[in-house]
Amino acid sequence: MSETPSGTPLKEEDLKKVNTVVYKPKAEYAYSAGQAQSKFLLGLKEKKIIGRKCNKCGRVYVPPRMYCDDCFRPTDEWVEVKDEGIVETVVASFISWTRERMEKPEIVGVIRLFPSSDRDWVFPGLFHRICADFEDVKNMSLFGKKVKAVWRENRVGSIDDIECFEVVK
Amino acid sequence: MRTNLYFRRVAVIGAGLTLFKRRLLETPQELAWEASKKALDEAGLELKDIDCVVIGSAPDAFDGVHMKGEYLSHGSGGIRKMSSRVFVGGATGVMVPITAWYHVASGLCEKVLAVAEEKMSPARPHPQSVFRYIWDPIIEKPLNPNLIWIFAMEMHRYMHVNKITKEEIALVSVKNKKNALDNPYAQAAANITVDDVLKSEVLVWPVQLLDTSPVSDGAAAMVITSEDVARRYTDTPVWIEGVGWTLDNTEWTGRELAYPRYLEHAALMAYKMAGIERPNKEIDVIEPYDPFDYKELHHIEGLKIAKRGEATKLLKEGVFDKDGDIPSSPSGGLLGVGNPIAAAGLMKTISIYWQLKGTAGRMQVKKPVRTGLAQAWGDLMQASTVIVMRN
Amino acid sequence: MQKVGIVGVGWYGFRPNTREVSFREMMFEASTRAYADAGNINPRTDVDTFISCQEDFWEGIAIADEFAPDPLGGAMRPTMTVTGDGLQGILHGVMHILSGLSNVTVVESHAKPSDILTMKEIIDFAYDPIFGRIGAKNVHYLAGLDAVKYMKMRNARREDFAKVVVKNKRNGLKNPRASFASNLTENDVMNRDYVIYPLSDLDIAKFVDGAVVIVLASEEVARKFTDTPIWIEGIYSATDSTLELSSLGEAKYLKIASEKAYEMAKVNKKEIKAAFVDDTYSYKELQHVEALGLSDNAVADLREGEFEEGGKVAVNPLGGLLAEGRPLEVSGLSLLLDAIDYLKEGKAEKAVVASWRGVPTFTGAVAVVSR
Repeated sequence: MSETPSGTPLKEEDLKKVNTVVYKPKAEYAYSAGQAQSKFLLGLKEKKIIGRKCNKCGRVYVPPRMYCDDCFRPTDEWVEVKDEGIVETVVASFISWTRERMEKPEIVGVIRLFPSSDRDWVFPGLFHRICADFEDVKNMSLFGKKVKAVWRENRVGSIDDIECFEVVK
Repeated sequence: MRTNLYFRRVAVIGAGLTLFKRRLLETPQELAWEASKKALDEAGLELKDIDCVVIGSAPDAFDGVHMKGEYLSHGSGGIRKMSSRVFVGGATGVMVPITAWYHVASGLCEKVLAVAEEKMSPARPHPQSVFRYIWDPIIEKPLNPNLIWIFAMEMHRYMHVNKITKEEIALVSVKNKKNALDNPYAQAAANITVDDVLKSEVLVWPVQLLDTSPVSDGAAAMVITSEDVARRYTDTPVWIEGVGWTLDNTEWTGRELAYPRYLEHAALMAYKMAGIERPNKEIDVIEPYDPFDYKELHHIEGLKIAKRGEATKLLKEGVFDKDGDIPSSPSGGLLGVGNPIAAAGLMKTISIYWQLKGTAGRMQVKKPVRTGLAQAWGDLMQASTVIVMRN
Repeated sequence: MQKVGIVGVGWYGFRPNTREVSFREMMFEASTRAYADAGNINPRTDVDTFISCQEDFWEGIAIADEFAPDPLGGAMRPTMTVTGDGLQGILHGVMHILSGLSNVTVVESHAKPSDILTMKEIIDFAYDPIFGRIGAKNVHYLAGLDAVKYMKMRNARREDFAKVVVKNKRNGLKNPRASFASNLTENDVMNRDYVIYPLSDLDIAKFVDGAVVIVLASEEVARKFTDTPIWIEGIYSATDSTLELSSLGEAKYLKIASEKAYEMAKVNKKEIKAAFVDDTYSYKELQHVEALGLSDNAVADLREGEFEEGGKVAVNPLGGLLAEGRPLEVSGLSLLLDAIDYLKEGKAEKAVVASWRGVPTFTGAVAVVSR
């Protein structure tokens, strides 16, 4: 193992004393949604969660895919899955994407949508906000609870058309 | 246990690291050069002796240069030679020596310089923000996700399925940061307690500040050569005996997160090559990827060193301590040393190299070691790379 | 070197835009065709490793390799990304096979420049952050400087570059992948305004969407898939690093790579009758042909018509990137596809394929392929 590690550490204040070059890249894209995601987004506008099924292995993809990655063949049909499911996992975020502190936590998680069972290793699952309290997250009572989508009044065909998933009895 | 004779033999004969710190003055090319120079010096070679260069660096957005591999070739010795960059997200750090391995094993190259570098500090408003762009642009990005969310989701699922508490998981952070006190390259070495972890800032419950590894700048390099060359330059080459990697599908929302099946697949590939049939009996020291404390346990299970759900039990018994049966992260890991994404994985590989060579200084584990393993993880709960080495 | 066989190829796109598919769907289309071409193989059982060639900032996604495995059949398999041109990916694939790690390796690359709204700014982003981003209005400036140096070295004129444009666009008329093929005269090119001296917009290949998937197999296994594999006899890549350390006016990176590739293939340069070289800029074709050792003075040979079919060596007889467009990192594979088509038609026994990653890089790869 070698001698002294090289590298000159700086503190944040030191940045004012050294030469820095500031650059803001301009990187803008218009991502083609393609067939699968386009249909999914249009479905959201109508309060529907659209998936796609591979009839060979029975797997339902949400969001939909035009090909099955296990069987490597095109998927066969559009299916509508329920906008209800089970909470697979849930967390409470106190930081924003820029690492700023938030007072009220944002609660997000993964919802395993029906039809599916808790013995499935792969299932139609959606990542989204969950309407709940921090306490429910902390005491892990949300795991396994049944939740349903709360749709916004004005929908435009975006994943944001769902406000969140809330617990149903 | 058999050692592999089917492949051409490939060895590591030199390695170098820079300091890992939150913010370094040097440019990415300078960092790459510092690490490369150290590695070449140890190997007893000069740049003109090297025929191929392999570079690893994770998202271009951190250093702030598109086609980062071309930019880094300048500082990594890739001048008028074969030079390429590989990328599998966070798993890049161990993909770099794997790539260097097949460069030599294929017969196309004899002396390879493998370099991994990452400078996260230039990113504004905060390096965290770069992770906004790793998600599916149409279905996931509009929710403004933060990278820590996905780890928190996996951690919570792991805790729920295996009935493990945060107190138990925090023991990994305590262990690694303590190990890092003996590591001169470390950024986040500290003597902390489980209580300190549980009192630290809540980022995304259940992840708290001391459950995570810091944002860092740093670089690492290795010199990897054919058997003939290795035997000319050293009488203690460290052999690369097994390599494996796997990339799972993109739908992390549609799979069970509590167990990394892709790591098991990668590990089996490496074990088969190395002739390992009982990993928990045949591997002496491990460096599993630990960007978060629970991850080390998650990975130990995927590596089949512990049965599913049982890593915590072994942890509490002291099996993974520096003087335990299977020392884990004796370098201090990412939690203790720092996490400059690609360089971190190579740092772990170098830690195993030092252990097997006997030059790990104060980090050297007590028991005699013959077989070591380093592992890295990346992408959206998808990628794992595994390397097995022997002395 | 033991040979490695190309046993299946598939492609999709090669059009200015491909709105009907997302990039993942495009990869699936190309790979389905490649596996069918390889004799209907199933990637889930017949392929050992997968390599994808992409760069984050072309995709608009950080960690672009997250999306690589599924559309190729590589999910839960050894899949990795090489951030380089597709031909460099083939080099890695050859190394997977020759190291004994794999018997069958799939290499893919895809590009959707039509999704990129700020292409110039992204190319600018590849220049050195401290010395290279000079606020140039035109990111092709490096090509302009290089072209002027070359013109001086060879006493070349704009007319010579125009000859390359005319030749390639005309050759592209027989190529189904050539969206920009046309019948032009030298005057048509000379009458255009400069984009950057000495290059007009016709001297610069336009961007195009596309995906290409290639199935490679070891020598022993190749014949199980097809009776007519195309063999890779030698392959190497090199980089001349960055602007500070490289030389303008000559393509040293191809000189280094080709010498090694020829040595591996044990081939005499004179045996090579067809060359598929990067012509992103018209003058680059000439520079590259010289660096490959196929001509001592490309300008002189071009004027004598030696680069047409029947001459010393046919250069880009199927159009090259000037006729087919530049699909970012797929470019090398586009040239490889041309070489494969040409060899399969029986027009030559051996060919050389040479790629370049575009400004501001000095990196290229060379492969010697044979029938």
